[in-house]
Amino acid sequence: MAFEYAPAPESRAIVDIAPSYGLFIDGEFTEAADGKVFKTVSPSTEEVLSEVARAGAEDVDRAVKAARKAFEKWSALPGSERAKYLFRIARIIQERSRELAVLETLDNGKPIKETRDADLPLVAAHFFYYAGWADKLGHAGFGADPRPLGVAGQVIPWNFPLLMLAWKIAPALATGNTVVLKPAETTPLSALFFADICRQAGLPKGVVNILPGYGDAGAALVAHPDVNKVAFTGSTAVGKEIARTVAGTRKKLTLELGGKGANIVFDDAPIDQAVEGIVNGIFFNQGQVCCAGSRLLVQESIQDELLDSLKRRLSTLRLGDPLDKNTDIGAINSAEQLARITALAEQGEAEGAERWSPACELPESGYWFAPTLFTNVTQAHTIARDEIFGPVLSVLTFRTPDEAVAKANNTQYGLSAGIWTEKGSRILAVANKLRAGVVWSNTFNKFDPTSPFGGYKESGFGREGGRHGLEAYLDV
Amino acid sequence: MSDRLSVFKTYKLYVGGKFPRSESGRVYEVTDAKGNWLANAPLSSRKDARDAVVAARKAFGGWSGATAYNRGQVLYRVAEMLEGRKEQFVREVAEAEGLSKAKAAAVVDATIDRWVWYAGWTDKIAQVIGGANPVAGPYFNLSSPEPTGVVAVLAPQESSFLGLVSVVAPVIATGNTAVVIASEKAPLPALSLGEVLATSDVPGGVVNVLSGRTAEIAAPLAAHQDVNAIDLAGADEALAKELEIAAADNLKRVLRPQAVDYFETPGIERMTAFLETKTVWHPTGSLGASGSSY
Amino acid sequence: MPTSPKFSASLGQGGAPTPTAHALADVTASDSTLRRFLHGLPGVDAVGLEARAASLGTRSIKTTAKAYAIDLAISMVDLTTLEGADTPGKVRALGAKAVHPDPTDRTTPTTAAVCVYPDMVAVAKEAVAGSGVKVASVATAFPAGRAALEVKLADVRDAVAAGADEIDMVIDRGAFLAGKYLKVYDEIAAVKAACGDSARLKVIFETGELSTYDNIRRASWLGMLAGADFIKTSTGKVAVNATPANTLLMLEAVRDFRDLAGVQVGVKPAGGIRTTKDAIKFLVLVNETVGEDWLDNHWFRFGASSLLNDLLMQRQKLATGRYSGPDYVTVD
Repeated sequence: MAFEYAPAPESRAIVDIAPSYGLFIDGEFTEAADGKVFKTVSPSTEEVLSEVARAGAEDVDRAVKAARKAFEKWSALPGSERAKYLFRIARIIQERSRELAVLETLDNGKPIKETRDADLPLVAAHFFYYAGWADKLGHAGFGADPRPLGVAGQVIPWNFPLLMLAWKIAPALATGNTVVLKPAETTPLSALFFADICRQAGLPKGVVNILPGYGDAGAALVAHPDVNKVAFTGSTAVGKEIARTVAGTRKKLTLELGGKGANIVFDDAPIDQAVEGIVNGIFFNQGQVCCAGSRLLVQESIQDELLDSLKRRLSTLRLGDPLDKNTDIGAINSAEQLARITALAEQGEAEGAERWSPACELPESGYWFAPTLFTNVTQAHTIARDEIFGPVLSVLTFRTPDEAVAKANNTQYGLSAGIWTEKGSRILAVANKLRAGVVWSNTFNKFDPTSPFGGYKESGFGREGGRHGLEAYLDV
Repeated sequence: MSDRLSVFKTYKLYVGGKFPRSESGRVYEVTDAKGNWLANAPLSSRKDARDAVVAARKAFGGWSGATAYNRGQVLYRVAEMLEGRKEQFVREVAEAEGLSKAKAAAVVDATIDRWVWYAGWTDKIAQVIGGANPVAGPYFNLSSPEPTGVVAVLAPQESSFLGLVSVVAPVIATGNTAVVIASEKAPLPALSLGEVLATSDVPGGVVNVLSGRTAEIAAPLAAHQDVNAIDLAGADEALAKELEIAAADNLKRVLRPQAVDYFETPGIERMTAFLETKTVWHPTGSLGASGSSY
Repeated sequence: MPTSPKFSASLGQGGAPTPTAHALADVTASDSTLRRFLHGLPGVDAVGLEARAASLGTRSIKTTAKAYAIDLAISMVDLTTLEGADTPGKVRALGAKAVHPDPTDRTTPTTAAVCVYPDMVAVAKEAVAGSGVKVASVATAFPAGRAALEVKLADVRDAVAAGADEIDMVIDRGAFLAGKYLKVYDEIAAVKAACGDSARLKVIFETGELSTYDNIRRASWLGMLAGADFIKTSTGKVAVNATPANTLLMLEAVRDFRDLAGVQVGVKPAGGIRTTKDAIKFLVLVNETVGEDWLDNHWFRFGASSLLNDLLMQRQKLATGRYSGPDYVTVD
């Protein structure tokens, strides 16, 4: 008799989602100037969760003005006082983390296991870490008394809505900037709940402004003449557009863009752990991760053994209700994203790669894509070059370390890479040659507020996290 | 209500997470600035000092092995707990140091903020004083700070609370454990701090507080072979020299007494004084047997 | 809301075991071939292994799944008493408990076995007669294993002669740590021979003394090569006993061994598993590492004593909706 797990859903009663939300400007929730709204849905059920005000250019202007007004006092506060605000925020996030985890799972579609064990702890930790920097900036290596830039315009993606907010807001506030942040149109809710956390923490009005909206609002924010700093996480195409927009201005720019991370497995790797790392690398958050290990480079001599193990492991993945505590794979964030993943996977097949998925029943409503493996992939295949941003792994082989490095680097991206071998000197030798901003060895997808994150090449520039992450928000 | 007889507090030591009386069974009289009796404080013996070192050593593995993030959370929790007992400390500091209520309140506020300041340092000090070293060879080379071990701390004699926290917090922020000798004439805020630490997720033994004659307790600590460092903040010149000589026996790290304005934002010296630097070498090698051709 | 359909697991063939692992026939030809083989096994990354075990520990097993798991766990318990103070009375009481774990509810499954010292086998055998509960005996100078081979074999023969269905032997950890793998191998093989056809052999590694995961993986393969029917973590007599991580590692070993040699071997974590919650975590490890082929007391056991009462209290809770207490389970 098989050991079937009964449903173990996390209660959604813990989160109270209002039927509608406004923009958060100058400490108040307000309607959009043109009264426009949009709906946000739960990707696992297509249920409408709430109706949210849609920011336009006029609202952007209002928010930037509020942030500019707040900047004078906020930046003049002693660092130790700013620190205490951020510590308060960190603590409130910890207190409300279960509620926020459920909310994030509802709005984003990712499993509760991830929001509960990864997203939310990292969010709180990020605020906690940067809180501590607020009164220690003179020790950060950017001069004795580094100054903030002013108003930061920040545009974040839908894959880690609250975590990306934390990565943007925590360092900005710690250094004395004020912010206008635009969450993604498919995942606005956690940012709006964050506005409420700012209220609970007693944060002065205008220091944080949240503008739910679409790309037009993001474009207006980036282009606004009174914004001093632009921080964007999202696609490389939009990143390039933003780089053009800010050209010729004095705006400081950081971009965290796409990736096509290589996960390199040598023949002396700890195989069972490598399999876990590969699974984590590409199926964490349904592969909707810019630093995903979406290209598996396996040494040809162990390819069969590794793929057998990998397939066996994939067969145990549990796909379904994201609120179920035993779900490993949740929903794809939106119909658009699902269409893109589907199209690229079909192209992979059309170009001759061999497609494999475990037997897997997909729910009838919502946006779903089964974990998928492509073998017989070469550098020439589209699925080896384009970022799929979904649960699709392309498997390539190599014969020697040189070849592994050459293939790993043969991409316009340069965000992440993984190395699996028991030989320490090989790890370091390969890491030295990789053109990627984050290299994990014998692990993958590890994040920590103390550790800088960011890309080489078309994966963007600037670093978020760690001491390095302060630089983006200081006038240095 | 005003004629109600109040309940006095029995002040006790704080050792290994527990509140023992002195092994000596003795106490000494603590008075306010005007000479009025406040309480009897335990008069610690060398055996109390020995027990405190054992407790501190036992706690060292867990505390130094905790993540820096975890230590930061714990230190911040101390600030949260203190904030809730502010009134008590304002009274104790006012009595101990002969300050007005307003001045004592300013002292306590600064003390709480000092905990917050050090709570933020736990996961940053390594980033400020450690780092990669570009050695001329195929080696990865990284220097990181590590706590030195058990630190004996002679708390400042005058600043019984702000001064105390200003010397204790940097010692434990980086993962050391501490045996603290409270201000001799004003030990009560230190003994009460023990009660706060005990309810702040600080593991027992990380901070141990002894009251009594500073010179009497400090001598066995300075000579103790299982103490790694000593902060002489609360010693006068003659005692400091004597203790430094005793400390040389096992080459303790010694922080000499110096004039400090405890209201000033500190630097990182009180942390680095009790940190070792460990440098790890590891070969990077080349990609293939014939050297890198890539 | 969609449910969470589980992907169909396809965990290898699971066909009839072949007696000798042909692919591995030469491995034990000499001390040096054996060492080369064992040291050639893929390494274990400790952090990754423990992370995987911890991650499986977060599975939430509720309602029907929990009821199933509790009964399965009860049926897998090797109810154990290994005290210097053991008496026939104590062993008889243990046997009665193994046969009827919950006297108020006869639908409760029996435990898999009782586990006793060799001199108590005859008493135990009588106490469980006719119930299907097996009698397991520790042997080979348990728990230290520090005795001459002849003494150990005599210990085994004694237990087998008294009717033991299963022998739980300890390996010579000293020899293992000294790198004398062939000595360990020969000793296991000799004990296996002494067990004959009548007793299944469990090989205890005392993982807490082997210390590293690489050693535990090597010991697992060594034990299986030598003919172990079961590989078992610990004696329960040292500081570190069964853990999710070392059990996961041993499950991987039996999985890989079956793939390579076609022989299925059982796993028995022992010591330190005291609560239903813990036991269910181990069953999740089994379920998601080797699958349902091992979800049976022929292939998986818990070496435990206090665990059984916690399982019974949880079982009563599921049946009645009330939390039970220690007064409602028997103390034996």
